[in-house]
Order: sequence, then structure tokens, then C-alpha cells
Amino acid sequence: MKPGTVSTALKSGAIWGFIILELIFFSVMGEFMAISDSGFLDWDNMLLLLKQSAPIGIIAMGMTLVMVNGNIDLSVGATFAIAAIVLLDSMTWPIFAGLGDWVIPVAWVLALSVGTLLGALNGLIVWKTGVDAFIVTLGAMLGYRGIVFMFNGEQPTSHLNWTLVDFAEAEVLGLATATWFLLAATGVIWFIMTKTVHGRNAYAIGDNRAAAVNAGIRVGPHMMINFAIIGFLAGLSAVVFYSESGSVNPNDGQLYELWVITAVVLGGTKITGGAGSVIGTFGGVIAIQLLRKGLGHIGADTSTVNLVIGLILVVVLILDRQLNMKGKEELKV
Amino acid sequence: MADITKQQIGAFLGKQGILIAFFAFLIGFTIANPKFLTPDNVLSVIRSSAILGVMALGVTFVVISGNLDLSVGSMMSFSTIVVLDLHDKIGPALAIPAMFAMTLALGAFIGFLVGRLKLNSLIVTLGMLSAIHGLTLTYSGGKNMDIADKEGTWFSVFGQGEALGLPVPILMFVAVAAFLGLVLSKTSFGRKVYAVGGNSTAATFSGIPRARTVFICYLISAACAATAGLIQASRSLGSQNTVGQGLELEVLAAVILGGASLLGGSGTIFKTVIGVLILGFIQNGLLLIGLQFYVQFIVTWVIIILAVWLDIAAKRGKLWSQIA
Repeated sequence: MKPGTVSTALKSGAIWGFIILELIFFSVMGEFMAISDSGFLDWDNMLLLLKQSAPIGIIAMGMTLVMVNGNIDLSVGATFAIAAIVLLDSMTWPIFAGLGDWVIPVAWVLALSVGTLLGALNGLIVWKTGVDAFIVTLGAMLGYRGIVFMFNGEQPTSHLNWTLVDFAEAEVLGLATATWFLLAATGVIWFIMTKTVHGRNAYAIGDNRAAAVNAGIRVGPHMMINFAIIGFLAGLSAVVFYSESGSVNPNDGQLYELWVITAVVLGGTKITGGAGSVIGTFGGVIAIQLLRKGLGHIGADTSTVNLVIGLILVVVLILDRQLNMKGKEELKV
Repeated sequence: MADITKQQIGAFLGKQGILIAFFAFLIGFTIANPKFLTPDNVLSVIRSSAILGVMALGVTFVVISGNLDLSVGSMMSFSTIVVLDLHDKIGPALAIPAMFAMTLALGAFIGFLVGRLKLNSLIVTLGMLSAIHGLTLTYSGGKNMDIADKEGTWFSVFGQGEALGLPVPILMFVAVAAFLGLVLSKTSFGRKVYAVGGNSTAATFSGIPRARTVFICYLISAACAATAGLIQASRSLGSQNTVGQGLELEVLAAVILGGASLLGGSGTIFKTVIGVLILGFIQNGLLLIGLQFYVQFIVTWVIIILAVWLDIAAKRGKLWSQIA
């Protein structure tokens, strides 16, 4: 065995071990502390969990790509809200009045395009100005939220289309529509990251940008495409979520970026870029959702969820550091 | 010859651009609405910026040392809730030091993680943002915190009082800024902060204790968040658990606007104060000329990116980036 094999295996499997630990813990604790009679490891409960993971999970797939690429996107929550408003608002526009239910695909395309454009705009600014993605998307987080308020002020935007609700609440092969979208997003991004030239270049750029430039990789377009993809996925997440709920508040999606980044980091993606996988991120998303649901199951309130997730993030970082320390000559301070 | 002048102009704009933009804004708003530069309005702008401003002063230290602090918003909520709760239990004179001690303990924990254990500050403080928010909710049980006797307490002096003809929040902001400005520019600790942020390895080889310097930076940031919480609590004498939510990003925006580099090693207290005032005056000015509140978000977006872009462009001597 080469040195480091154990730590690598531990790291790549850690998130799944953690999920199993959560399942056991909440099942056992649930026997004593549960508020409801149904068990935690109930099949329906797990299916519901997958469905509830979708809004965060879909965006997290894009964040994995962006972070592997060495960037970050703090504006996804605001992009999510804009796409949601475009989705619901456009269905009431007079020019689409004659379309009947055909307005649904039109609204979807509009919402997804707006998401993609906003993402691409971030990417273009990062590319052309050379300003750090953290700052560009921090600014966009404010700016895009301002655009959200331009639609309806502080009023919620609501529109219920029953055909759309039926579609969103449908189940195919036992899985909810939202779950299918989550699985599809995971599959497509997995394919992009592992099987395409673009994906390999994204890893290379995140790992060592100077080396990537010397190897003749055009850094800018790759970064912009990744930002467009995460914008598209933020739009898709909004489409999936608001097709069912039919009402969006101007503050919706706030703090989504934090949940998404937490899931991606828990899933083992390196914050500085160059390493990470969507499978790990999928595990991170499930782990967080399990935690929220499990703590609710044993009667803890939301405050505990925040506390536990924050501390877990810190503990993961400490463990990660300990596992990476071996064999490295650290500068003693 | 022409090239040199062009570069010099670029460098000048990059260095002083933020001040020039600031004065351009002031003049523009004053023309649009004469009420803008009246003493009353100026005082009210600075007064409402004081809470954000005090937090930004502490974060400036953290940013110069090459790290980030996203936990200050949660920390400020925590201080506000704790001091309001303790006010009725042990009296204001004991509540204030107790609150400071608890907030500083949180800052010390983060400082230990980032300084001693060298963990990534973005993720640590992101985790602590969530954890401290949870701690606050657990502490208060999720309920709003209110002082029972709002009329008869001297505690309101920090947020509502006046001294020397000026509101106390402004005086506190000025005092903290002056003190931290001196610490940063005139003491050996201040020089160590720049050294650690500029080049951590070189600083270590020069015998500068990186871990301890970063640790103290987080303590300063926590102390500033606690001071901001004190002003907030004293001003409203009652508070929700989420009072500081989202402030961490506005604080960071002010620090960046002031010209501190997120890579560390650059920035000053004076520039951060300018950044805070720009945010405050833009917010106020846009409202005074009759625009909706959300326009300030969009304007802030444009200004942040322009400010950092011009700064970088001046350094590299070219407007557009060299990324292929």
C-alpha cells in the first residue's frame, strides 16, 4: 500500500460513512425520542428526503463544477429568486394569453434562460476584468437581489397553474418529479466533469491555473461556461421548486449559497479548486438533509440544526487537515 | 512620454479613485437634492452607518492578515441578544462585560482554528456563521428579547444618547476607528498584521508569530462585533434573533470598497471608514432623490466591481484582464 492510500480511501468514503452513522443514530434515538410513531428509516420518509434535497442539491452540482474550477458563486440564491419570479410572472403576461397550457414550457425556457444569462454575466465579468469571483459574485448577490425587488417590491409574486402543480406533484416509477430532476442534474454534471474535455480542463485550471495557461488551455471561456451552468441550474432549481409552490417572496433563496457551499465542502471538494466530485456532493446534500430531518425527528428545533451543521463543517476541516498532514513538511510556526 | 503619463494617471486613479468617486457622488447628490449635505442629514447617515462601520473596522484587521470573517453578522446578533437578556438578570453594569467576554470567547475559538490550526478561514467562518446563529437561537429559545423597563435604564445611552452635541454611536465609531487606526499604523503589532497578510512564509522566517497575530485579529473582530451589538441593543432595547443576518456581506463590501485586497497585506482603517461612508451616503442619497430602496443594491453591485476592477487595472497597467 502506498502511503496516503488509507487517508484517500477514508476521505472519499467518509461522507457515506457519515450518512450511515446519521441513519443509525436517528433510528436508534428515534425509538426513544421521536414525536411521531413512524420510524425514521421509513421508505416513504427517505423518498420525501430525496425530494426535499432537490432545490439545494441541483444548485450544489453546479457549485461543484465552479469550485473545482477554482471559483465560487455567492449569487445563486438571488439568481434562484429571479428565475422563480420570471417563471411565475411570465405565465400572466398578456402576450402569452392565447397559449393556454403551452405557456408552461415558454415560462420554463424564459426562467432557465434568465438563470443562464445571469450566471454567464458573472463569468464574463470574472473573465474580462480579472476581479476575483468571490468579489464579483458577492456584488452580484446584492445586485441580483435588487433586481428581484424591482418586479413586485416587497410583495410576493404568486401564480398557480394547476397543470403545472399536477406535473410537479406527479410520481414516475415511485420517485417525485423533483427527485428525477436532481438525479438528472447529478448525472449530466458527472458526465461533463469526468467524460468531456471541458470537465478535464476545469479540473486543470482549478488545480494550477498558470500551468493550465502554459498548456494552452483557454481559461476564460471555461470559467464563463461553468458560471453559465450554475446559473442554469439555479434557474432549474427554481423551476422545480416553484412549479409546485406557486408563490415566491422577494427574500426567497437567501442563505442558499451557504447551504450549497456547505454541502459541496462536506462532499470533499477542495475550496481552492482542482479536486472534487459530484458524487461526493450528492452525499453532502443527502447528509445535510438527513441531519435537518433527523434532528426534527427526534424533536430538536431549527437552532440545533444550524449549530450542528456549523460545527460539523469545522470538524470536517480539522479532520481533513489531520489526514493531509502526514508526509508533508509543514513550516513550524 | 505619453505612455508614462497615461500610466501615472492610471496609477493615480487606482490609488485615489475611491476618494474621487466619493466626492463625485457627494457633489452629484447635493445638486440633485440640496438637503443631502445639510449637517442634520450627514449626522443621521453616519449615525446609521455606525453599527456596520464598527464591525467593518474589526474585519479590516482580519482581511489585511489575509483571512476572511463571515461570522460577524451572527456574532453581532449573539451579542445583542445576550446583553439584552443579561440586562434584566444581572443589571447593565455586569451585563456588558459578560457579553464582551462571551463574544470574545467565540472570536478566540475562530482565531484558534484559523491561526493555530491553519484552517481555511472562509469555510471556518461560514460554519461559525451557522453555528453562532444556532447558539443565539438556543440561548433565546427563538423568542425576541426585550428589556422590561425601557424608560428607566441608563443602558440606552450607547444607542440613543448624545454627548458633546453628537450622537453617542458616532462618537463610539470615531473612537474605535481612531484607536484601531493607531494600532494598525503605529504599533509593531500593526506591522505584523501587514507582514502576515502580505507574505505569510516570509513573515514566519522573519520571526513573526503568524498564529498569534491571526488570533489577535479575530479577537479584535469579535470585540468590534460585540461593540456593534451593544449599540444595536441599546438603540432598540429589544431585538429579534436575526438582527445581524446578512450584515457580514455588507461589512465585507465596505471593506473591499475601501480598497483592502482579499489576498491580504493591504488596506487601512481610514480607507475602510471611507468605504463605510460611501455605502451609507449612497443608500441615503438614492432614497433622498426619490428612488426605491432596492436601487442601492444594484448601485452597490456596480460600484464594488468597478472599484476593485480599477484597482487591479491600475496595478497591471491594463484595463482588461490578461486571461486568455
